[in-house]
Amino acid sequence: MKRIGIDVGGTNTDAVLIDNDQVIAAIKTFTTQDVTTGVRVALKEVVEAAGPAADAVEAVMIGTTHYTNAVVQRRQLDRVAGIRVSLPASASLPPFCDWPEDLAEQVNHGAYLVHGGHEYDGRDMVPMQDMEIAEVARKIRKDGVNRVAISASFSPLTAACEEHAADIVRQEHPDAHITLSSSLGRIGLLERENVALMNASLIGLASDITQAFSDAVAASGLNARLYITQNDGTVAHADAARDFPVFSFASGPTNSMRGAALLTGRKNAMVCDVGGTTADVGCLINGFPREANNVVEVGGVRTLFRMPDLLSIAIGGGTKVSSDAHEIGPHSVGYRLGTQALVFGGQTLTCTDIAVAAGLADVGDPALVKHLDKGLITRALATVHERISEAVDRMKTDATPVPLLAVGGGAMLIPETMPGINEVVHVEHEAVANAVGAAIAQISGETDRIYRDVSREEAIENAKTAAIAQAIKAGAQEDTIKVIEVEDLPLSYLPGQALRARVRVVGEAAS
Amino acid sequence: MTAHALRTPNQLQRVLSADDVEALAIGAWILGTGGGGDPYHKLLNLRRLYKDGHKITLVDPMALADDARVAVVSNMGAPIVGQERLADPEFSARPVRMMEQYLGEKFDAIMALEIGGGNGLQPLLISALTGLPVVDADTMGRAYPEAQMTSVAVAELKCYPFAMADIRDNEVVIPRAASWRWMERISRKVCTEMGASAATCKAPRSGAEVKQHGILYTTSKAIRLGETVLEAKRTHSNPIDAVLTASHGKRMFTGKVIDVDRIATEGFLRGKATLEGQDGDLGREMIVHFQNEFSVAFLDGEPVVMTPDLICLLDSVSGEGIGTDIIRFGQRISVLALPGPECFLSDKGLEAVGPVAFGFDIPFTSVFGDEVVR
Repeated sequence: MKRIGIDVGGTNTDAVLIDNDQVIAAIKTFTTQDVTTGVRVALKEVVEAAGPAADAVEAVMIGTTHYTNAVVQRRQLDRVAGIRVSLPASASLPPFCDWPEDLAEQVNHGAYLVHGGHEYDGRDMVPMQDMEIAEVARKIRKDGVNRVAISASFSPLTAACEEHAADIVRQEHPDAHITLSSSLGRIGLLERENVALMNASLIGLASDITQAFSDAVAASGLNARLYITQNDGTVAHADAARDFPVFSFASGPTNSMRGAALLTGRKNAMVCDVGGTTADVGCLINGFPREANNVVEVGGVRTLFRMPDLLSIAIGGGTKVSSDAHEIGPHSVGYRLGTQALVFGGQTLTCTDIAVAAGLADVGDPALVKHLDKGLITRALATVHERISEAVDRMKTDATPVPLLAVGGGAMLIPETMPGINEVVHVEHEAVANAVGAAIAQISGETDRIYRDVSREEAIENAKTAAIAQAIKAGAQEDTIKVIEVEDLPLSYLPGQALRARVRVVGEAAS
Repeated sequence: MTAHALRTPNQLQRVLSADDVEALAIGAWILGTGGGGDPYHKLLNLRRLYKDGHKITLVDPMALADDARVAVVSNMGAPIVGQERLADPEFSARPVRMMEQYLGEKFDAIMALEIGGGNGLQPLLISALTGLPVVDADTMGRAYPEAQMTSVAVAELKCYPFAMADIRDNEVVIPRAASWRWMERISRKVCTEMGASAATCKAPRSGAEVKQHGILYTTSKAIRLGETVLEAKRTHSNPIDAVLTASHGKRMFTGKVIDVDRIATEGFLRGKATLEGQDGDLGREMIVHFQNEFSVAFLDGEPVVMTPDLICLLDSVSGEGIGTDIIRFGQRISVLALPGPECFLSDKGLEAVGPVAFGFDIPFTSVFGDEVVR
């Protein structure tokens, strides 16, 4: 099956065409400010590079760091009102209470608490007050805020309170786009609510981005379906992804690590992906990214996302280097690398210039960095190597030496030897591992249902079987399917022995 | 504070800094052995209170006058409820005010029932609102699920009166109970009705009782433990090793959670977590049982560590505590044993908190044998 994988990063937009795990064509272009143009150019170039092989491409899978970048860089975020159905409880810690101030200032346009919510067993805590919610909704409309996130205590057990509040908000404020916390997460009110608030703040951007991707695919003339890659290495249809941008948050690192695994054939290794702005270090276990254990912070906001365990440092091809090489980063020229770096005729000394001057890379015009002092180059490289080695060392969890897979457009900045690393692996197409990962994104299956009067073991087993069947139906290869999430919540408010079980599985796409 | 309550206030008390509070949250969560509630929401409240200019004083228990009146406070219930009903200082302070009204006299200081988990921070929330100092001591040296599992219950001190409140407008005072176990049974029933979560003020203690039967200096111990973890993070050294050194603990198992069987019932969070071995424990399996707190751990079917030894499950990477309410499939965890408070090692102590008290018909053996360092 032929697919095109595209990675839209802060600096580069990469594209690959893959036929049954074989890379047929790979290209690298600069990301453009309007996104669409960059994706359009990338699609055009990869199709041209593939020649006749580009016929019958069935799917285009795009991974993007736009959403994370928007939160981290605090830009293009919508104003959001949060409504929490929890009074009389939880009053001293309102929505947005643990957000960094600068981010809250931009996004928080109303944090409201109303009566209601559920008990641990699903019963209502206190009666909801419809008038109270209607009043809040009218206030939000009057303020001109069109994104609303609704949370309620114990909503993962039953979403009744959140749904009822949403009905009232819709009546009073028909233009509001509503995100319910129950559709996004598990037990942990504050973290689940944070994710809902963040999702609401990204709705406008998600709508623009998915539209830009659709337009670019349409303009390419390819008759292919469009998918957006997700945090867990799977894909979602573009239409479904539009309403849940937070599920695409960590797709970039997930893609690069899975791409690295495919390209190198190694399943257990450290991975270092050096892009334009950052170097991300992670760990592959049996071909999958090691997951972050507990709380994950995105742009300083605490969440319970399932994400790869990553350490990002500000070292990339576009990272600025001071003229004496004593300061490297944290700023990057980003997508302006192609005009601002010395080798491309610009005025800014970057890590790419250092790599070219040291003979590690062959991009732009080497003559433009000939004048650089040898000592400066050595010093700058030494600093870069030291920071990368340190990051790799921090991410290792045991002392046994392991291989390190070097990927990304800036992979030449990775040192050839490091403590605790027995081999630094470079391969063809390493610069576009990210796009390769997007192209081989996996198929998922999920069940979430209530079981009555069966044992817990039976309920979970049943849910697993159903999730696996769903994944196979969606095109996953049976022997590659792996359970990635199991959660069960006893529902003692229901008669008999009731249990809500949620199981998520993923598998490779069948060829 | 009334003038007679402290003997030498100046040398024996200090104002806790915001950094102390951050460290306390981490240390208390480790000593919570999975229970006492995740301290995060209480920490958030304290950050806000500090920002608003509130100050909290920690006082040496030996500075208490014999007749000082000490309120013993905690949140009671299933820890998972705290994940969905966020801590609110006003709510925590209510039973203290109820108790003052019931007794017709004011308290001089506040002490934690248990230093473990969010309950180790409970007195600080109340202190910020009332201005009363926090006593550097508790009655468990860790966290335990039931009322009779305290140093003061083992010492057979009076178990009443007892005040509790929920977030609606329900308040209950139990003026008298026949025993600590009866107090536990009656209050637990009320707590379950209140939504498996209630703020409580236990039987008040005199300064003399605290000095003689309290577990002393546990607040500062938790702060030091938290500082150790923070320091390890700052220097990128292994936080698990740092905790082991600082607490004289032993590493029991390293593994990944493959199953969590958990139910909130009868006012508790009960269940067990199954861990599949990693690194040196490859091919082995550990099952850790809990009733709010971790009680007994079995390695390949054999009990290897049990209460009153502390069973602490820490995030293998960050060194932070993992609670029975947040433990989940896929987490990578280090299981540590820490020495338990000495007062629980007597026959009476073991009767109250040994494995039998948690329904395991096995004799208590300490991981630490006789070489205990406390």
